[in-house]
Amino acid sequence: MMGYAGNFLEVDLTEGSVKETSFSDEVLRDYIGGRGLAAKILWDRIGERWEEIDPFSPDNILLVLTGPLTGFIPGTKVCISGKSPQSNGMIGSTIAGEFGVDLKCAGYDGLIITGRAERPSYILVCDGQIEIRDATSIWGKGGRETLKHLVKRSVEDIKRLRPNYGEVKEPSILYIGPAGENRTRVAAVVSKYAHGAGYGGYGGVMGSKNLKAIVVKGFGPLPEAHDMEKAIQLFDEFSRRNFEIEDFRRWGTGRGGYHFGAETSSEPIRNWQEEWHNVESFKGEEFDKYWVKRYWGDFGCPVTCLKLSVIRSGKFAGAICDNPDYEFEAYMGTNLGIFRPEDNIYISYIANDLGLCGIQGGAVLGFAAELYQRGILTREELGGLELSWGNTEAFTSLAEKVARREGIGGILAEGVYRAALKLSQIKGVNLLQYAVHEKGVAIGAHGIRSGEDFAKNISYACSVQAGDHTSLASIREYGSGEASSILSDSATCCTFTTFDIEVEEILQLYEAVTGFRLTREEWYEEKALRILQIQRAMLLIGGPDINWRPGIDDENPPRFWEPLPSGPYKGKTVDRNQFEREKQEYYKLVGWDERGVPKPETLRKLGLESVENKLRNTKIID
Amino acid sequence: MVGARRIWIERDYESCSGCRRCEIACSLYHEGRVWPEASRVRVFMLIPGVEIPHLCFQCEDYPCVNACPSGALSADAETGAVRVDASRCTSCGVCITACPGRVPHLHPRKDHIVICDLCDGDPRCVEACRMGRWNALRAVPRVEGFSYRLYAKTPEILTSAVARRLFGEEIAREVEG
Ligand code: SF4
Ligand code: SF4
Ligand code: SF4
Repeated sequence: MMGYAGNFLEVDLTEGSVKETSFSDEVLRDYIGGRGLAAKILWDRIGERWEEIDPFSPDNILLVLTGPLTGFIPGTKVCISGKSPQSNGMIGSTIAGEFGVDLKCAGYDGLIITGRAERPSYILVCDGQIEIRDATSIWGKGGRETLKHLVKRSVEDIKRLRPNYGEVKEPSILYIGPAGENRTRVAAVVSKYAHGAGYGGYGGVMGSKNLKAIVVKGFGPLPEAHDMEKAIQLFDEFSRRNFEIEDFRRWGTGRGGYHFGAETSSEPIRNWQEEWHNVESFKGEEFDKYWVKRYWGDFGCPVTCLKLSVIRSGKFAGAICDNPDYEFEAYMGTNLGIFRPEDNIYISYIANDLGLCGIQGGAVLGFAAELYQRGILTREELGGLELSWGNTEAFTSLAEKVARREGIGGILAEGVYRAALKLSQIKGVNLLQYAVHEKGVAIGAHGIRSGEDFAKNISYACSVQAGDHTSLASIREYGSGEASSILSDSATCCTFTTFDIEVEEILQLYEAVTGFRLTREEWYEEKALRILQIQRAMLLIGGPDINWRPGIDDENPPRFWEPLPSGPYKGKTVDRNQFEREKQEYYKLVGWDERGVPKPETLRKLGLESVENKLRNTKIID
Repeated sequence: MVGARRIWIERDYESCSGCRRCEIACSLYHEGRVWPEASRVRVFMLIPGVEIPHLCFQCEDYPCVNACPSGALSADAETGAVRVDASRCTSCGVCITACPGRVPHLHPRKDHIVICDLCDGDPRCVEACRMGRWNALRAVPRVEGFSYRLYAKTPEILTSAVARRLFGEEIAREVEG
C-alpha cells in the first residue's frame, strides 16, 4: 500500500537474527500502523498466552512502529508498544523525533523486537544493513553520555559503510538510561535529551532485553504517496494553521504550570493532596529566563513548542532540559513541592538522564514523600534522605535510587501501585489511599476534581490506556473518546500539530498518502472500535503479577474522591452518581456489558472471535 | 534583475529550531520527494539542541570548482551558485575534500554530487524557514569582494561554536568531549 515502506524488521535478540516481514493491505487498512497495528501484532503473536507472559521476559515483544502519515504530516511520532509492565495490558506510547522518518527512509515501517540479548547490545540499522552490536561500554551510562558515544561511533560506522559520501549526518537514536536497564516499571524510552515514551514502562522492557539503544540511519526518500500534490497541499494547509497557534509556539506546554494550578485547580501538588497553588514563580515567564532556545521542534514541526533550558551557574550548573514541559513542571515540580524553576529544571534533567518517565517517576517520588510526611516511611528507610516537600537534592537522590533500584528505590521502582501494595504489606496498613494511579499507570498531571481541565469524570477510569492523559475515554464525543487518539497514535501524528485539524481532514491526508478512502464513520464505528476491544481484552486478561477486576477496577483513585481542600474550587470533586452513570453509558457506547467486558456480539460483529474465545477461556466471559 | 538574483544565504544557527522544513522544501523542489538525505541543505544535530543547517557558502574563490578533475562543477554566472553537471560527475569526492566546510555530498541513490543551486535565486529553504518565522536562513544580497569562504566551516566546528554559546564553556566541553 502507498505511504508504507512495505517492510518491517524483525529482530530476535536471543538468536541474534534479523528478518523482514510484511503485512497485507487488508491488515494495514484495518490497523493502520503505530498503536493499532501494535494491538494486532501483539494479539496475534502472544494473545493466546497473554496472562502468562511477564512483560520483562524474553517472550514479550517490543514494537517500534511508524504509520503511513509519519513524515507526511507536520511533526512526527513513532509508537512504542508491547505488553506493558505497568498495566499488564498494552499501551501505545508515542515519542517525537526524527526516528520514524529515518526508519522509513531506511526502508522500514517498524521494528518487531523479541528475545533477550546475552549481553548489553544496541541495534544499528543503516538502510538494509542491520547489526546487533555490543553496548557494554555504555551500559549504566546516562542519556548525555549514551548519546555522545553513540552519535560519534555511529557516524564513524556509517562513514565506513558509505565511503566518499561526504559528511555523515547523525542517525536517529532511541535509548534507555539506568532506569530502563534496571527494569524499573517507571522507565521511559528516550530520544534526544528529553523526549520520552514514558507511559507503559517500555524503557524497562528494553532493559529486560539487554537492549540499550536502537540507532537508525536511512538514506532513501519517504515512501511514494498516492497523490503527492494533494498530500503536500494538505501538509502546507495544516502548517499554515499551526503557524497561527501563537500561544503554543511561544510558550509550549510549559505555560501550563501556573495556569493549571492557579486557575483550573487540576495540577498535582504534594502527591495530589492539593491541586491548587498560586505560586507565581511557576509562570512561563519565570522559566523563560533559563531558555537558550525559544523554538525547538522535531522533523516537519511548525509548532516547535519545545524550549531548551540551561542552568549555567550555581549549584545546578550544567543542567540541560527542554522547557520543562507541563508534565515535568507538575510531576517534577509542584507534585514534589518544588516551586523554583532552577530546581525544577535540574531535577527534570536528572530524571531525563536516568531515563525515568517524568510522570511515573514523579508520581512515585511524591508518593514516597507523602508517606514520609505521615511518618510511615522513616528517614532511615529512605537511606538517610530528608524527603520533605521541596527538598530538590533529596528527591534527586531518591530518583537515582529508584533508577538503580538501591534500597527503598527497589520497591519504588515498581511504580506507585505496586509499591503501595508492597509497602502496605510491610507496614501492615493500607497505603493504597495515597496511590494516585489508574490500573498501575500513574495519571497525567491533569486532575478531574475541579471539572475545569480536559480530563473529566471517567476519562482515566475507562481508558484502555489507563492513566494516560493523551488517550481519554469520554461520552461527549461522537463514538468513543479514545477513537481520535487511536487515530493519531496509529497514523502516527503529533497531537500538538493536529489540535486544530479535524479527524475528517486527517483522513483526507490519509487518503492522499495511501490511496485508501476511510470515512469517519468507518473509523469510529468499526476500525478504532476493533483496536479498542483488543486493548480492553488485554487489560482485563492482565497477569502475571496483577489482574484487573471487571466492574471494579474502572475506578478513580481514592484521592480523586476527596474534595479539593483549597482554592477557587474548594470542596469540589467528581459526583459519584454522575460517574457511575457516565461509566455505564460509556460501556454501552463501546459495546461492553455492565461490568465493562466486551460483549460477545460486539466482538463477533468486529470479527474478533479469537478475543471472544480467549475471554471465555480466562473466565472473563462465561 | 540580474543583480537581485545574486544572493547569499545567511544562517543564524542559534535561531534554527531543528524543524527540518528546509530539508523538506529543498528535496521536494529538487527531487519531488520528501528526502532529507537528498536535500541540498542538511540539518546536522550532533548534539541535541544544536541544530546546524548546512549548505553551500558560495566561496568567492570556489575551491570545489577548481579542484574538480572532471569539470563537472562551475559557478553560475548569474546567481553565483555552484552548478553540478551530473553527467560529468564521477563521484570521486575531491570537491568534498577541497571544500573548507565539507558541504558537498553524494546523492544518496545516484552517482553524482549534490550542491545547493540557490534555486535559481528563489531559495525554497529560506521561504520554508521564513514561513515559520524562525528566520534562521535569510537571503541577503551578495556583496562582491566579501569573503564568504570565512563562513565555510565543517558541521563539527560550527556545532562546537554554537554549543559554547548556548550551553556555556563548561557544558560545551563536556558535550564535545
Ligand atoms: S527551516 Fe529554518 S528553523 Fe527549520 S531546520 Fe531549517 S534552518 Fe532550522
Ligand atoms: S562551500 Fe564548498 S561546495 Fe560551496 S563553494 Fe565553497 S568549497 Fe565549493
Ligand atoms: S537554496 Fe534551494 S537548493 Fe539551496 S539548499 Fe535552499 S532549497 Fe536547497
